[in-house]
Amino acid sequence: MNLKSLLKHFAPLTAALALGVGLAVTPAFANEGGAVDHAPINPGDQASLQRGARNFVNYCLNCHSAAYMRYSRMTEIGLTEEQIKANLIFTGQKVGETMAVAMDRADGKAWFGAPPPDLSVESRVRGADWLYTYLRGFYQDESRPTGWNNIAFPNVGMPHVLYQLQGVQKLVEEKAAGEGGEVHHRLELVKPGQLSPEEFDRFTADLVNYMVWMGEPVRAARVQIGVVVMFFLVLAFFLTLALKKEFWKDIH
Amino acid sequence: MSMLSSLTQWVDDRLPLTSTWKAHLSEYYAPKNFNFWYYFGSLALLVLVIQLVTGIFLTMNYKPDARYAFASVEYIMRDVNYGWLIRYMHSTGASMFFVTVYLHMLRGLMYGSYRKPRELVWLIGMAIYLCLMGEAFMGYLLPWGQMSYWGAQVIISLFDAISPPLALWIRGDYVVSDATLNRFFAFHVIALPLVLVGLVLVHIIALHEVGSNNPDGIEIKKNKDPKTHIPLDGIPFHPYYTVKDLVGVTVFLALFSAVVFFAPEMGGYFLEANNFIPADPLKTPPHISPVWYFTPFYAILRAVPNKVFGVLAMGASVVIFFLLPWLDNGPVKSIRYRGSLYKAFFGLFIVAFLILGYMGTQDPNLWYVNPVSRVCAIVYFAFFLGMPLYTKLDKTKQEPERVTE
Amino acid sequence: MSDSTSDHGRRRFLIGATSALGAAGVVAVAVPFVSSMLPSARAKAAGAPVEVDISRLESGMKLTSEWRGQPVWVVSRTPAMLEQLAKNADRLRDPGSDESEQPDYCKNPNRSTAEHPEVLVVVGICTHLGCSPQDRMKVGNSEGMPDDWPGGFFCPCHGSKFDMAARVFKGVPAPTNMKIPPHQYLAGGKLLVGADKSKGA
Repeated sequence: MNLKSLLKHFAPLTAALALGVGLAVTPAFANEGGAVDHAPINPGDQASLQRGARNFVNYCLNCHSAAYMRYSRMTEIGLTEEQIKANLIFTGQKVGETMAVAMDRADGKAWFGAPPPDLSVESRVRGADWLYTYLRGFYQDESRPTGWNNIAFPNVGMPHVLYQLQGVQKLVEEKAAGEGGEVHHRLELVKPGQLSPEEFDRFTADLVNYMVWMGEPVRAARVQIGVVVMFFLVLAFFLTLALKKEFWKDIH
Repeated sequence: MSMLSSLTQWVDDRLPLTSTWKAHLSEYYAPKNFNFWYYFGSLALLVLVIQLVTGIFLTMNYKPDARYAFASVEYIMRDVNYGWLIRYMHSTGASMFFVTVYLHMLRGLMYGSYRKPRELVWLIGMAIYLCLMGEAFMGYLLPWGQMSYWGAQVIISLFDAISPPLALWIRGDYVVSDATLNRFFAFHVIALPLVLVGLVLVHIIALHEVGSNNPDGIEIKKNKDPKTHIPLDGIPFHPYYTVKDLVGVTVFLALFSAVVFFAPEMGGYFLEANNFIPADPLKTPPHISPVWYFTPFYAILRAVPNKVFGVLAMGASVVIFFLLPWLDNGPVKSIRYRGSLYKAFFGLFIVAFLILGYMGTQDPNLWYVNPVSRVCAIVYFAFFLGMPLYTKLDKTKQEPERVTE
Repeated sequence: MSDSTSDHGRRRFLIGATSALGAAGVVAVAVPFVSSMLPSARAKAAGAPVEVDISRLESGMKLTSEWRGQPVWVVSRTPAMLEQLAKNADRLRDPGSDESEQPDYCKNPNRSTAEHPEVLVVVGICTHLGCSPQDRMKVGNSEGMPDDWPGGFFCPCHGSKFDMAARVFKGVPAPTNMKIPPHQYLAGGKLLVGADKSKGA
């Protein structure tokens, strides 16, 4: 049996797995409805991850925890322990501790209807694109107790924490021309914030980039090890194949 | 060398080491025409070993307590050295176990490996499959995420249809709770693995007693060398099939590693996104479905618009496999020599099984899910229930005297 | 079976090469499994240096704090206790602490820093089999010790004895002196256990 016929031999399994990996490229996340914007993030961009970490501790960590994430792990995105201590820890915690939060869960429930969820693995629940859309998707809605609503998360409990940066958006309903035209919703900035829309998109992308990294900090190392393992197994394949052919010469 | 041989002799006088080696490996004669489909038995065994080893190491850091279970899994993923690798191997192994076992069973169906004299091999194999379902179901509760929790809640509620006290007894509480988690842990890490390993051993012993089937579905023991009494179409399992299986193992490990290192979530099919949310007994996720390996049966459950009959249909769809050896009246075993009638039923069955598997992952509110599931469920059962008749009517081809290829 | 001898050589080579690669693979797989049993990031974080307030520790008193889950004793020794230490040498197994574990700056008869020679900082674990010894800091036969007892610590598990510098006496099962952890004195009467000036945590 030559290599070609052997590869053909394994073709069904390989094809099945290729299909599976193909499915894996477009992951399914636990979100309801609505189109999402593509998050322009680059997990290899350490400067972006560091800015995202700063945004996270400044704006999210007041209410949300990341109870499985150790501050010290941020040495993996190019920060030193001294930098982490000086710039990112406001709670007097040690570098080795996790990103816990002081807010009481019961208070959280009273203020927001539900305690703010832990965000350690939130990116693995929602995906980067949803987070990016959500964080940019708050609009003013007087019918809500907080005065805010969200296009990605209808009737959200969280107020718009970033409104000073983003400004205030309103939901605009547009109807396509003609009878029974499709209704289309769009957000319009009615009051500018401290950041321009481009700067705010960059700010949010950095934050999402950080959250995706925090969801699985080992990801980059995992892929690296995987490449070595695959190389080893390809070598093993040719060797075991040669061994098999050598023995099977006996069989007629 | 004489040191080694005298040591072997010393052991052999006290334990049947050499004779066992010979009986099951070096002088176990397997048909020489095994094809691609014959890799999956040894691969399933490999996955079993992977699951046992990774499982032992996960147990070292996992906490079977509703307050700590979710956190302990994240602890394994982040704080334990290489814990992420061990966990991904285990979660990937769970799905790969079913991949190998389903392909192994498909092989048995195609070549009639369940037929006389291998009925018991088939029955034990089915017992392994049931045990594996239980093992996977209980293991899935342990991460204590939303899918773990609500999946268990739904499946245990099926027992309500049979007897409410039974469901209560399984849970040990009025809902899935810490008590359920703790007992599922006990079953998952010790009770079922023990049974599983024992059954696998018996499966192999029973197989080696009657000898392996082959793609032609004919008995190689009918044509033996008059002097040596070795089957003319048989070759020693070791070294020929050990080296061949080694190639299969390498290819399989490459696919396995590709998942572990490059796509451990497999697009939500191996690790579901909702399971990264800690279990919340007060809030069901908007769409829940079991892991892919249970979805064909789950689709049958949902296709029946009555709780009791749905549960019975689902149970029957699994149990009916046990009856195969006595449903098949065909004069030949292998699909190679079956007629077009059998091939049509078989082909439709495989298609129905795959479609059911897909439907089981879909939202039941989609208009096509229930009608398509119903049609496929009928095809599914027709394959089994019609078998005594259509295998008799089928126009089969003449089986060869000796194995081909 | 094949009877060609050249084939036989090739076969043996392939068996050898596959076995070698397989063995390398098994060893490589064993690495993550074995290292998963080493202290995790959480254990390491919990093992980070601890600060102990010793500003109110009076002469002759001992306080116990915890570092890496082990008891760490801080003893402020009296001048009499320090005087006695010098006389113990010939009754000790390792008076110079040559075989024992301590930072270089504590390798002296007092087993303390030059900055605070009266303070003993020691991991309160017997070097025999890991029990925590009890205080027998009084000189003489009180507390069930012999008449010539110079003051120190006594391990209840197997009877090992240590002096007021945690140095082991002769004729007991413990092999070495008790371990001195790295430590340094901070401003405001604070002691940092687990790290010193020479290196970080």
